[in-house]
Amino acid sequence: MMQVVSRAEWRARERRREHLFQVISACIVLLAITTLVVLLTKILLDGYARLNPQFFTSFPSRRAEQAGILPALVGSAYLLLLTAAIAIPIGVGAAIYLEEFAKRNWFTRLIEINITNLAGVPSVIYGLLGLQVFVRTLAMDRSLLAGACTMALLALPVIITAAREGLRVVPKSLRDGSLALGATQWQTVRYSVLPVAMPSILTGVILSLSRVIGETAPLLVVGAVVYIGTLPESVFSKFTVLPVQVYNWTTRPQHAFQENAAAGIIVLLLLLLTLNAVAIYLRNHFQKRLPI
Amino acid sequence: MPSNTPSEVSVAYPRAVVRVGSTARNRRRVRIEEAVVRLFLFVCAFIGVLTTFAIVFILISESMHFFEKVSPMKFLTGTVWTPTFSNPSFGVLPLVLGTVLTSLIALLLAGPVGLITAVYLSEYASPRVRRVVKPTLEVLAGIPTVVYGYFALTFLTPLLQRFIPGLEGFNALSAGLVMGIMILPTIASLSEDALYAVPNSLRYASLALGATRFQTVWGVVVPAAMSGVSASFLLGVSRAVGETMIVAIAAGQQPNFTLNPLRAVETMTAYIVRITMGDTPHGSVEYRTIFAVGLLLFLITLALNLFSERVRQRYKGARL
Repeated sequence: MMQVVSRAEWRARERRREHLFQVISACIVLLAITTLVVLLTKILLDGYARLNPQFFTSFPSRRAEQAGILPALVGSAYLLLLTAAIAIPIGVGAAIYLEEFAKRNWFTRLIEINITNLAGVPSVIYGLLGLQVFVRTLAMDRSLLAGACTMALLALPVIITAAREGLRVVPKSLRDGSLALGATQWQTVRYSVLPVAMPSILTGVILSLSRVIGETAPLLVVGAVVYIGTLPESVFSKFTVLPVQVYNWTTRPQHAFQENAAAGIIVLLLLLLTLNAVAIYLRNHFQKRLPI
Repeated sequence: MPSNTPSEVSVAYPRAVVRVGSTARNRRRVRIEEAVVRLFLFVCAFIGVLTTFAIVFILISESMHFFEKVSPMKFLTGTVWTPTFSNPSFGVLPLVLGTVLTSLIALLLAGPVGLITAVYLSEYASPRVRRVVKPTLEVLAGIPTVVYGYFALTFLTPLLQRFIPGLEGFNALSAGLVMGIMILPTIASLSEDALYAVPNSLRYASLALGATRFQTVWGVVVPAAMSGVSASFLLGVSRAVGETMIVAIAAGQQPNFTLNPLRAVETMTAYIVRITMGDTPHGSVEYRTIFAVGLLLFLITLALNLFSERVRQRYKGARL
């Protein structure tokens, strides 16, 4: 049933409703910010006391206050480098193929749709893939190499997308100029496109790789070990990484281990921050230096 | 994280000198190099297709071995999941229910909050507010999930236990809520894109008819962007279904057949992690359960992703 109201009353009512919605939405947006602040504060408060030199130079231990993250830190660094060494050439190569070489036909579409869908596959499934292909079939066992291969496959869709974005920055005129001078497609890419696109490709690739640092589930499945008394010596060694160590400490019932977990998280977040800062620095640096 | 598209286009002078000269030998070498490089690049791009094939092949072939021992009907309709017991039972429904429950809680939080955040950012917020909120969402999106798991277990659960008596130490509620925070950036930023794509002419038309801003936003703009918004919800749910660490840490690892958010549950992902971390003998039936559960998980997320993509495509076509 409609109710007759005066125009002034209607306006006032609408204004109240408008106002109420703005307040509610501002509160909700604040919720996201508050959550982030609370999360970071909680972790800092829990973990900062454990951040001493001994924590960085010790192996995991049954005694929380003697345990450290040395093998996890070294393992994370090796894993990142190895993953980058595998995933960057393949990812950038695939991006170059799709952007510069591929004809627009159904097969190219298939590859593109495929990459989009792979980006949506849960990471734990990549763990199962790695377990069956690298650990068992290729007999790499539960090694650093198996972990890196798995992570490389996981990172590929994101790297390809990032590298394609980077290649799109290069203006078409540059390619046309090179081709008009008689250069082949690959010579054009190699000498004209890549030097220009490299900084933006690199930025995107580093940002995508920073996810590798935080991934836990696929490495648990592939078999990162938790108790480890030695540092990895080769790519076939057993290994552990920072997030796996954090997971292990978090699931212990003793409170002291959870402090260790928080301290490990602080280190993990600092690592992520560093990687992102490097990416941003690279972007700004190259942007300024290159002539237009 | 910042986007990787530089604001200005920079162009370098090609430094290397391309070998010129059209001797037949030279041309042949260039042609061979060209073909080799092209093949290599093609192989790189094709690895993605191979990965998909490998995933599908492994999940199906290992599941086949599993279904030789356990009937698919019993697997899909059984309500008791005790594969590691001496008298095992392989009903996957408790794991499915655990996944549905945590994802639903996540969506109930992240859906409304994400949509309102998107509406606020695209229709109301000043540039200054946007400059604070957008990076916050990006940072939330970049936090490793194991960190969220720690937060759920050591902060949110004790906090909720003060208000909700009977909340177990491991429970679906706090895992689901934190998972909601995790998928919030996905939903908010994709919904915002959808709202942004609504042409201004619609807004002006509505305002010119005397509608208020509130009426314009909720009566015209949001309905016009509905398919994009739904696509973002679907993608968010797909993320939640595939998420592993938060639920493995905070939801407990007990396959209870329940929809009670106060109790411990086990999701499909958490189960896979639990078994692979234990010392289940390779090749045994309980070992193969992880591939059967993985296949189910893969199919569910694939369906959600494809559905989300379809919904988004429809809205692209319907753009005014």
